[in-house]
Amino acid sequence: MTVTIYVPRDSGALALGAEKVAKAIAEEIDKRKLDARIVRNGSRGLYWLEPMVEVETANGRIAYGPVGAKDAASLFDAGFLSGGAHPLSLGDPEKLPFLAKQTRLTFARVGIIDPVSLDDYRAHGGLAGLEKAVKLEPAAIVEQVTESGLRGRGGAGFPTGIKWKTVLDTPGEVKYIVCNADEGDSGTFSDRMIMEGDPFVLIEGMTIAAIAVGASKGYIYLRSEYPHAEKALNEALAAARKAGVLGTSVLGSHHAFDIEVRMGAGAYVCGEETSLLDSLEGKRGEVRAKPPLPAHKGLFGKPTVINNVISLASVPIILDKGATFYKDFGMGRSRGTIPIQIAGNAKYPGLFEAAFGLTLGEIVDEIGGGTANGRPVRAVQVGGPLGAYFPRALFDTPFDYEAFAAKDGLIGHAGVVVFDDTVDMLKQARFAMEFCAIESCGKCTPCRVGSVRGVETLDRIVRNIEPEKQVALVTDLCNTMKFGSLCALGGFTPYPVMSALKHFPEDFRPHPMQEAAE
Amino acid sequence: MIKKENFVLSIVKFAFREGAALTTPQASTEITAKTLAVVEAWREAEGPLLPILHGVQEEFGYIPNEALPVIANALNLSRADVYGVMSFYHDFRERPAGRHVLKLCQAESCQAMGSDAVAEKLRKLLGIDFNETAKDGSVTLEPVYCLGLCACSPSAMLDGEVIGRLDEGKVNEIVAEVRA
Repeated sequence: MTVTIYVPRDSGALALGAEKVAKAIAEEIDKRKLDARIVRNGSRGLYWLEPMVEVETANGRIAYGPVGAKDAASLFDAGFLSGGAHPLSLGDPEKLPFLAKQTRLTFARVGIIDPVSLDDYRAHGGLAGLEKAVKLEPAAIVEQVTESGLRGRGGAGFPTGIKWKTVLDTPGEVKYIVCNADEGDSGTFSDRMIMEGDPFVLIEGMTIAAIAVGASKGYIYLRSEYPHAEKALNEALAAARKAGVLGTSVLGSHHAFDIEVRMGAGAYVCGEETSLLDSLEGKRGEVRAKPPLPAHKGLFGKPTVINNVISLASVPIILDKGATFYKDFGMGRSRGTIPIQIAGNAKYPGLFEAAFGLTLGEIVDEIGGGTANGRPVRAVQVGGPLGAYFPRALFDTPFDYEAFAAKDGLIGHAGVVVFDDTVDMLKQARFAMEFCAIESCGKCTPCRVGSVRGVETLDRIVRNIEPEKQVALVTDLCNTMKFGSLCALGGFTPYPVMSALKHFPEDFRPHPMQEAAE
Repeated sequence: MIKKENFVLSIVKFAFREGAALTTPQASTEITAKTLAVVEAWREAEGPLLPILHGVQEEFGYIPNEALPVIANALNLSRADVYGVMSFYHDFRERPAGRHVLKLCQAESCQAMGSDAVAEKLRKLLGIDFNETAKDGSVTLEPVYCLGLCACSPSAMLDGEVIGRLDEGKVNEIVAEVRA
């Protein structure tokens, strides 16, 4: 019988040499005339073990990692096709604590299946949600999504069902489903992992959304930094069209729907929904004033559902297992699961999907294992470049939209970037302003000019020019940006800046050594 | 709907009028023809400007000035509109890049793993700063803000190939490759 070997095609694994590993394994199979095939799966999300190779044995899957191309011959010598012992053997991957402790709902298939095989997708429970949806009235689908408590996973946390209901209730001949796959926040990669590891779940989620609101066309706006995701998505879309999942008759129903992937062009601000819509229309990606809401006047002025990748990819399981099943996970008003991405200086960086409610300390110290270099953790930035820096003193904060807001922070897209004790928080605050200046769309003054002034002011602190005055100035500036900016770029840049100031004031004080030298 | 031949002809005429002065007729014809082919491929699409600009850049490695009036005319936009869109996005270049393009992530996750030191080393070894091309045309160095490889920081992208956990060895490999 043909043995199946899994070597990830995920960008993270590729960045660590998975392509060379796949090639080396293929050569060994050839040389040894073995009956084996290689499937390029997604990543399980345990990046310190990537490239992680798995073999389907009589006793289930056995993982090996991190595998280098030079290890291929020794793996075959050790009989890894039947799960043979080897120094790199990790045993049953599902039993690795990092995976065993997770609740994988949205990421149930990522790393397990062949991402572009629709048969594999179906065999692992795929399309069950869509099959139910085509038999439901649109309002009933919207009701289920609302009932599940699903909130926008892109960062804003707006209830997905309410967004859908607004589009459903807005009359229009033409409506659109737009997937925001412009995952620009540093420390986040969950969208990429879904698109590379289980693109069909996104396609299914978008199709359910289309049926729910009466849309016939969908766009995935994908950032250009993700060429491997583009490839996987287009392969999956072609397979979905061929099988009649997309097209004039979705799964044989009277619904018509198709999806096109459109590439961004390196503008961070296009992750903001209204500038994304302008970009899709072929314009400069400038933020629109709201109202009108995209749900009323979105893409090309038509009613549009615009959701993040993870929000849409979470819909199939809600339709399949029911709103109550999903809602039963989580805490407070944060229902279901959230794929937490542990990044930066972490010992165990990767993707950890869990119900809301873990504390930041559990995530950083227990799951992430502290820093990679063993130094103490000093700060973690949660929620991307617009998210606050948290000190250890706030590590008891539970991962929940409201709990983070109460501590002047945000969950955002659930990226957690770990910094050790060598981090200079003044430098990080300056970077936040600098990043805003680089990426500002330029439409509103607080963001466009405020960010530049912010860099200048913080630079004066670096040079010890009346530091206390500068702190007062930057605080005032942040206040203006927070309340005066059109969108989250200018409006949230104050989060990293002010949190750095508040929790790490010592980094903003005059440098005693410098003073002594002068 | 305009007939395809007439449509093409009118754009060619227009492009010559607008762009011919900037370059030799031969080069201009070639740019016009290739740009038109890209435009044609996206004629039926909604909001085709970004895909067209991507297509033109893929064709030439940058967006030649002569391509702008061709695109503008086809989409019934002004040349300023097209230039405005092109110049908004970091990806689109007005001039050719080096033979290799090295994008180095400078965002927070990579900062936490020492991307500053990596950048410093690469700038020194390549003899160029960010957004510059080496004098011999071998490589263009660009900052990028997140490649989604934050679980294997610091990261980079060399000619579309992703590289994670950059260390001294990998930096030296990159330099050797772009100099080869």
